[in-house]
Amino acid sequence: MRYDDPWYDALASGWGESDGLGGHAPVPEAGPGGRASEDEAAADVYLEVQRSAAFQEVRSRYRRFVVPGVAVFLVWYVGYVVTATTAPGLMAHPVAGAVNVAMVAGLGQFLTTFLFAWAYARHARLRRDRAALELRWDTQELTRGVRGGAS
Amino acid sequence: MTGNHQTLALFLFSAFIAVTLAITTWVSRNRHGSAEEFYAGGRLFSPMENGFAIAGDYMSAASFLGVTGLIALFGYDGLLYVVGFLVAWLLVLFLVAELVRNCGRFTLADVVAARMRERPVRIAAGTSSVTVSVLYLVAQMVGAGSLVALLLGGTSAAARAWTVIGVGALMVIYVSLGGMRATTWIQIVKAVLLLSGTVALTVLVLLRFHGDFDRLLLTAAERSGHGDAFLAPGLKYGGDWTARFDFISLGLALVLGTAGLPHILSRFYTVPTARAARRSVLWSIGLIGGFYLMTIVLGFGAAAIVGPEAVRGSNAAGNTAVPLLALTLGGGANSTGGTVLFAVVAAVAFATILAVVAGITLASSASVAHDLYASLRRRNAKRRSEVAVARVASVGIGVVAIALGLLARDLNVAFLVGLAFAVAASANLPVLLYSLFWRGFTTRGAVWAVYGGLVPALGLVLLSPVVSGSPESLFPGVDFQYFPLQNPGLVSIPLGFLAGWLGTVTSAEVPDEAKHAETEVRALTGAGAA
Repeated sequence: MRYDDPWYDALASGWGESDGLGGHAPVPEAGPGGRASEDEAAADVYLEVQRSAAFQEVRSRYRRFVVPGVAVFLVWYVGYVVTATTAPGLMAHPVAGAVNVAMVAGLGQFLTTFLFAWAYARHARLRRDRAALELRWDTQELTRGVRGGAS
Repeated sequence: MTGNHQTLALFLFSAFIAVTLAITTWVSRNRHGSAEEFYAGGRLFSPMENGFAIAGDYMSAASFLGVTGLIALFGYDGLLYVVGFLVAWLLVLFLVAELVRNCGRFTLADVVAARMRERPVRIAAGTSSVTVSVLYLVAQMVGAGSLVALLLGGTSAAARAWTVIGVGALMVIYVSLGGMRATTWIQIVKAVLLLSGTVALTVLVLLRFHGDFDRLLLTAAERSGHGDAFLAPGLKYGGDWTARFDFISLGLALVLGTAGLPHILSRFYTVPTARAARRSVLWSIGLIGGFYLMTIVLGFGAAAIVGPEAVRGSNAAGNTAVPLLALTLGGGANSTGGTVLFAVVAAVAFATILAVVAGITLASSASVAHDLYASLRRRNAKRRSEVAVARVASVGIGVVAIALGLLARDLNVAFLVGLAFAVAASANLPVLLYSLFWRGFTTRGAVWAVYGGLVPALGLVLLSPVVSGSPESLFPGVDFQYFPLQNPGLVSIPLGFLAGWLGTVTSAEVPDEAKHAETEVRALTGAGAA
């Protein structure tokens, strides 16, 4: 694990750059002067980053893992609930000792939840984190450039 | 229950209050009073701290007392209910935690408003967030009142009313003085207490059966009087088809609602990065999963050791199963061990309620001040500090919750927690997912998605058997029941998604490509995150 230090994370998040006043919109309002054109330039930066190959790669890695993952665990959970409510006879089928199909399926839900969470974290750490962090720095450099170093 | 239990339980609970008030004073000693500080605790909690706080925010007295009671009385169906509470966290981990951390600042509305016309979207998302919070809050307040009656034997109406007022006053003090920092530490302390108590009881139960889970199950089934049926689904949710659909509806609401609960979303803003948000969810999945696994042991343990008859005799809903189990495990009603364990369980249950209500109050005061007040105040009105507004809002929400809690204290409000999850799943989740993942989503779609889930969810409950038309209803005398299910999720969640889609395809607004690009890039990389 390379980016493990929370202080490293803290600096990367840009804390201390916040206005500290509150009550502001998350997106800067286009005020008088050159703010509107600066915002447009910043918007172009985001469009540019979005179209870049590096970002497309991060996004497709994320989606290729998350979409099937969500589909599988939702189907598995809904299937479990529907079977338990509509086919209690099947669920009562004994497996070993006092343990029946229902008990195995219920504890199986716990087990698969832990496994899915572990797999997601591993995938994100190995396949996404580094590229995302580089993109973050690049994007922040670019937006800082068009905002005259003020952001 | 004897006087010894009460004295010791009250002493332990007072110690918890003293410690948490000391924490509140300590963390607020040199606060700068910025919004960042008040809503997000300065965003500098570590993933482990936040993981414990999330667990402390999520594990309510309803799960500690209610779920174990459900298992003790109905066996497997209680386990069926618990699974949804845990699986829900996968949805949070996969789709919500990191992206929300990167895109928003304090509330759900921040994420949506970044892409849309701000005012209507903030008002809509703020309204639904406050609705979810108030429903959940009233359930907890009424629960606190009943808990006093159950655990301390103070069944008088005055004792219950004063408990509701006392809990409300404490939560307002924690939140308005200490903000997110104090709330977080209270939740961490509570999570540690709750988990230690649960671990101790679980070990004692397993020792009784020499670590043989199989024998525990067999004894529970035998004592329940249902035999093998106790270990299979169907005793509670397996009645007619209405009951079955009702449970499927509840299960959907649980699994989809967690990702839309405002007090859970606000916890992700207390860590510095999306990576830290992910790691805090991993911590909380471990803690919550472990906790629910132990509640299963405790539930079957209560059935095997205390017996369903005794549990039902003490409280028809089974809410006293764990306290009774503690009493028996400690050596019986007149032993020192029994007294101590019982008092610990009672104090932990109170601590649990306090920590949960503090988290909800903070999240809803953020919705009021950051979303509703900021959008609804007159343009030329004097600009007040947002934190001051949030403090006033937390007092206001506290007063509303106390008032509703007192009004509802004799009503059967067990449906409220399920309803809060259903509203969160119908009104908050669709708009959140569409904003994060749908390029063509528009302002009208966002507003319709919120109201299209919120209005049907609340409307269907009004027309359901929980409000009228059956002996257990809020108003048993009248009958305007047209919707058969107690939980509206099965209908209102699809309606929320449908309304968002319909609003988007019918609006003339051209979706802003640049704003979408900004949301997507920020969500996945963390660029420009607060």
